[in-house]
Amino acid sequence: MSAHTTSQRLAWNEPTWLDTLAAWLLALLWILPLAYAVWTAFHPTEFATRFTPFAPLTLDNFGRAWAAAPFARYFLNTALLVLMILGAQLVLCTLAAYAFARWRFRGREFVFALVLVQLMVMPDFVIVENYRTMVRLGLVDTLLAIGLPYFASAFAIFLLRQTFMGVPKELDEAARIEGASALQTLWRVYVPLARPVYVAFALVSVSYHWNNFLWPLIVTNTQNARTLTVGLQVFSSVDQGVDWSVITAATLMTSAPLLVAFLLFQRQFVQSFMRAGIK
Amino acid sequence: MTSARLAAQPGGVDLRVVHAWLLLLPALVLLVAFVHWPVVATFIDSFWSTPRAGRASVFVGMENYRVMIEDPVFWKALRNNLLFALFTIPTSIVLALIMALWVNERIAGRAFLRMAYFTPTVLPMIAVANIWLFFYTPQYGLLEQITQLFGLPSHNWLGSPSTALGAVTVVAIWKEAGFFMIFYLAALQALNPSLREAAAIEGASRWYFFRRVQWPLLMPTTLFVLVNAFINAFRMVDHLFVLTRGGPDNATTLLLYYLYEVGFSFWDVGHASAITVVLVTVLAGIALFQFFVVDKRVHYR
Repeated sequence: MSAHTTSQRLAWNEPTWLDTLAAWLLALLWILPLAYAVWTAFHPTEFATRFTPFAPLTLDNFGRAWAAAPFARYFLNTALLVLMILGAQLVLCTLAAYAFARWRFRGREFVFALVLVQLMVMPDFVIVENYRTMVRLGLVDTLLAIGLPYFASAFAIFLLRQTFMGVPKELDEAARIEGASALQTLWRVYVPLARPVYVAFALVSVSYHWNNFLWPLIVTNTQNARTLTVGLQVFSSVDQGVDWSVITAATLMTSAPLLVAFLLFQRQFVQSFMRAGIK
Repeated sequence: MTSARLAAQPGGVDLRVVHAWLLLLPALVLLVAFVHWPVVATFIDSFWSTPRAGRASVFVGMENYRVMIEDPVFWKALRNNLLFALFTIPTSIVLALIMALWVNERIAGRAFLRMAYFTPTVLPMIAVANIWLFFYTPQYGLLEQITQLFGLPSHNWLGSPSTALGAVTVVAIWKEAGFFMIFYLAALQALNPSLREAAAIEGASRWYFFRRVQWPLLMPTTLFVLVNAFINAFRMVDHLFVLTRGGPDNATTLLLYYLYEVGFSFWDVGHASAITVVLVTVLAGIALFQFFVVDKRVHYR
């Protein structure tokens, strides 16, 4: 009986060949820019716009791009920035989410609403005032200045609060009876149970800040604190003229860590973005 | 439990409340410093003149707003941004939905399709904009090569005011659609499979099943995606730095990009504050929409 329903279900509504064709055409269109970049970056300059099947392959463009700008420094800066932001977010937002989820105090709803304001008014929009703040703090052109506005993430607080509220109260009470303090309970009961949410948030946060551009552009002015995205922009607009092979090589280099991670852990990535989206 | 007993004492300091505020404090201080304070400060600054060398800031009333209203570039940026929103939002949502419906079925090469649609999401906009720039380049860009194949005349897509905004809009749609697909996919997978079985037994057509079952049940997702798409329409400007720098003749200047120019190329804080106030007002509008329409609907179901 159930086998019968299953086969009926599968037979009904199967995508037609027309669906398959359209889906594939769209998918090819969607990866065309990337495919194009890979072609140009791995071939000598004269093949940048000529698509001969057996054009010689080369890594030369990557070498030239690497030598033409301090990419090593940019990579280091970006890696440090992304880790710093993630670390700060995890600690600060875990504490705040715990307070919202398990404590009763006057003004809780109001304060939570204040936190949620950041979901709309992201730091990207108040760049003028935040820049003035960084000038006053003497932090311009430091990694800390790039990261600071993002340390407290309303998104993370929201996500973790939802998760913590789903933790059975009995577990909390059991830990307290055994003499665990509030922070010990948080660390031993809540954090381990929220692990998938932490992974999801970490992936979203790292991709966001690896790719972020406008604020790092504004608040940095030397290579001391420039991130990859800013470095790439400076590099491709000033130094290179129209040497497309070198620019696409630099472009691929910039995207490579995330792209490779994505291709390796596709399921995890897609599920993380899903989890982060559904409350 | 000591703290509980303390809480019961009238007039006693509730230690638990102190704990709660201590937990909140670090995040709250940063949020106030980099979200709430800047909004308030921007509002105040918008009534003061820009401090210049040797001249301190003075109160000027509505002067910054008058300058803004008489500034044709501001209106052009606003108009561009509305057009940008009008085209990116519905197109990327419809594409996302179609992608999700495909990938949700047992379609040939499903894993590859999902990967292809989602890839633009993980790539830095500033990097992919460089590739798109090459696409659009006159004479030897890929697009030109294709149009030449069909014997069409050469066209400078980013260089002519009539097509530049369209060209940057396409890039934004390409970047976003796969991201929104994920939310639809998650929602589709959460739908009860017996709905589909019932539809199969009833012999409902695919379109009917989508229109009467899937689409209504996806409404909360659509509203969620809509809010995100709206915010993105006012936030996505990275590609402009590479593709057009707002040109030609401000044909592709969006509000946030214009804010960047006024604030960090002309260093006009007063004018920039007035523009920020406009942007924040737009966002507040989206927030109100979310609060009064989206949240109500979601709970209604």
